[in-house]
Amino acid sequence: MNQSPMLTVHELSKSFGGVQAVNLVSFELKEGELLGIIGPNGSGKTTLVNLVTGFVRPDSGRVVYKGKNITGQPPYRVVSFGIARTFQMVRPFYQLPAFKNLIVPLCSPRVKKLVGGKYGDRDAVALDLLEEVGFERDAYVSYKVASSLPQGYLKRLELAKSIALRPDLLILDELFSGLSLAEVASIVPIIEKLRIQGKTIIMIEHRLKELFRIADRVMVLNYGRKVAEGLAQEVMENEEVKKAYLGSEE
Amino acid sequence: MKKRKERIDRGIKARSEDIFALSSYREMLYLLLPRAIPVVGLLLFTPLLSSYWQEVLISTAVYALLAISWDMLISAGLVSLGQSLFYGIGSYIAGALNHYWGWSPLFTIPAATVAGGLVCTAMLLPVLRLRGIYFAMVTLVLPLMLLRLVEATRILGGTEGLTGLDPFPSQLTALYVIQVALLAGLFGFRRIIGSDYGLIIRAINDNDRAVLSAGLNIHWYKTQVLFLGASVGAFAGAFGTHLDMFAGMPGFALDYSIMPVASAVVGGMGTFAGPMLGAFILVPLSEILRALGTLRIVFYGLFLVVFVVALPEGLFHYAQRKYHQFERWVEVEK
Amino acid sequence: MLVGTLVYGFINSSILALLAMGFNLTFGISGVANFAYGAVYIFAGFLTWIGLNSFGFPYLVSVLLSVLCTIVLGILMYYLIILRVKGLALSEVMATFGLGLAIMELFRYFDFVGFRYTLPVFFDGSLGIGPVFIDYQRLIIAIIAVGLTLFIYLFTHHTKIGLAFRAIAQDERTALTFGIDSDFIGALSMAFGSALAAVAAIVILPLGTIAVEGGYEVLINALAVCIVGGLGSTVGILVASVVIGFAQTFTANYLETHWMMLVSLIAIAAVLIIKPSGLFGRQKELEERI
Repeated sequence: MNQSPMLTVHELSKSFGGVQAVNLVSFELKEGELLGIIGPNGSGKTTLVNLVTGFVRPDSGRVVYKGKNITGQPPYRVVSFGIARTFQMVRPFYQLPAFKNLIVPLCSPRVKKLVGGKYGDRDAVALDLLEEVGFERDAYVSYKVASSLPQGYLKRLELAKSIALRPDLLILDELFSGLSLAEVASIVPIIEKLRIQGKTIIMIEHRLKELFRIADRVMVLNYGRKVAEGLAQEVMENEEVKKAYLGSEE
Repeated sequence: MKKRKERIDRGIKARSEDIFALSSYREMLYLLLPRAIPVVGLLLFTPLLSSYWQEVLISTAVYALLAISWDMLISAGLVSLGQSLFYGIGSYIAGALNHYWGWSPLFTIPAATVAGGLVCTAMLLPVLRLRGIYFAMVTLVLPLMLLRLVEATRILGGTEGLTGLDPFPSQLTALYVIQVALLAGLFGFRRIIGSDYGLIIRAINDNDRAVLSAGLNIHWYKTQVLFLGASVGAFAGAFGTHLDMFAGMPGFALDYSIMPVASAVVGGMGTFAGPMLGAFILVPLSEILRALGTLRIVFYGLFLVVFVVALPEGLFHYAQRKYHQFERWVEVEK
Repeated sequence: MLVGTLVYGFINSSILALLAMGFNLTFGISGVANFAYGAVYIFAGFLTWIGLNSFGFPYLVSVLLSVLCTIVLGILMYYLIILRVKGLALSEVMATFGLGLAIMELFRYFDFVGFRYTLPVFFDGSLGIGPVFIDYQRLIIAIIAVGLTLFIYLFTHHTKIGLAFRAIAQDERTALTFGIDSDFIGALSMAFGSALAAVAAIVILPLGTIAVEGGYEVLINALAVCIVGGLGSTVGILVASVVIGFAQTFTANYLETHWMMLVSLIAIAAVLIIKPSGLFGRQKELEERI
């Protein structure tokens, strides 16, 4: 049971009107791993996530999760299977207070099935969740309207929204972007706690130093193709990876 | 010294939050008064009006129902420029059930409400997935086309429509039926929007991608909201059929599409009470202006334009703000 | 009979295309809602009539004046109303719809209904094509329709201003960073659309009468064509006009005239079931909007 991979992506491809965004990408993910996906801008990382989570239909290829073929399933179904994701551009429900933002995911069928809950209970769960991601309870930050929160809190809110869905696989798209070193340092323990709880995580990041501290393995994309995969050290020695990030002499 | 305006909640509003509302009669009255006015006003005072004004009130209530159903649709981001579609379909179904199969109003109205809701939802289902503007276009075009279709094919009575249908036992019955329905709709919809379900609906309007990634099937929710709005509209149509003892092409008239929108714009979108207020202002007003003939619609149109441009929040939001908050000038700190 | 149907089908398609083009230009291509389109159409027609009959201007002068005035109306509408509610699609639609309604019903109040008001045709007489006779007016309509479609297509795809029209609908912010003044371009688009409505009115109205109902018909038909063909696509408008135009004419000739409306309805229904965004529509469903 522990040996078969949790997620298998097989030769996934997608082109947008002539631009090959993702090109025959394959990889496997074992349960409990933290996989980092890195690569220069435009290398297809977010598209890859969109393909896996159902926001975009692949042109070809397969996504198998826990033995089930989930290729092309709509996003709400993918969530019900246990995969949750965050978005690069955080966009909360600005008019609502922070904790009310979590009501929506808490109403999803998956949460209803796993936890159950009636009207009113959800507020308490939401407040607890926010405390878990670092919203200080006595500062009443959770009650503030989302439009008044700074980026650090918004990123945590985004994280909380995905944790609220009780996923087994969590895909975080550039969670660290726009955060100060201190803020990153304060979020990392939350991620480590998630790992202890047994969650499998994929992280797309540009902040390599911070990522390499916590990732088990790293995968590099460039121009939609997978160019390297393995331990962080090995991958950064790879010539193609260096060329992708730093450019070449010609 | 520079000053700015500051808005603060009134003391009594803070004192009447949650359980503290029960602390004294003043707080309870503060909360109950706005809600009691429509209920008491409608149920107790209207039978005292003259027969003519009762008629006007019934007509107002019908338009108010359409306005409320419009507001429900807009809460989910569905802009309906064709409430007359729901009205007309409901009207024809009730009329047909009464005319061809002899069902009494007691049965035609509920049946037409549900069936009308289903039919209209089915018709508009394909456009739900697209941008809101497409929904607006299709709802605008459909009733106008159905109107011409009936005229051309002469089905369901054609230009004359179905006449001689069963009326209500008395005007008072009709008055009470529509008013109870209106109040039920008003308070029911407000309850729904205030609940977690309503939160989801408003979230879909705000950012549907986020709701989708939260594991909710937004198309199913939108369909449900459409059904809700369509059924209420169909109810209005079915009611109107038995009120006029007639079902026909006028059911698809532009009036039924524009009035709800104008009412909502004047009264304030998203609050349900606002559109109802707007209807209660506009319909009696247009009755009084009936002498001007079709100039009435010119009036509506201009009203719509002025309000959309100048006072988009609507009267109810304004009144609500004044009721709950007060303003004062504060010095700007350096 | 067949040749006649084909020819008149083509004419009918031209009329539909001409009607839909102005609406498509402002709404579909530039993203500026103009639901007062029918009113603008009628407005141009009446102005021409007034110029001809009340002021006694020669035909050409009346035409030019009315096109000019219609453009002014469009620009006024834009700056006074649309600009203030821009960005909120709902408000744009409602405000222009309300205004259009007010204008049309005002005309009705001043009694511009029924059969009393007509515009004269450009040239009397007709041309024979095979076994069929077409009056010159219809011929002119067809020629102008084809010409304008070509012009608009080339304009929106190859000229700077035309591309700017499309830019402000696709992504206004990006357009602004390219130095495109979106307010001005929007006004220009509105002016163009109004001019097109005026041209359409002037060539088509002589076929019948100037009546307020016609204004509503125009809006319905323009909307129907745009829904079927796909908002924003000039090619789509063309194809949709051809499909609906021919279908309507065939129905009128081989079945009965009053089924014509059913044709449009069926076309819309079919499009909604198969491809809701229109035959050539580029409305993206949620999945592609990321």
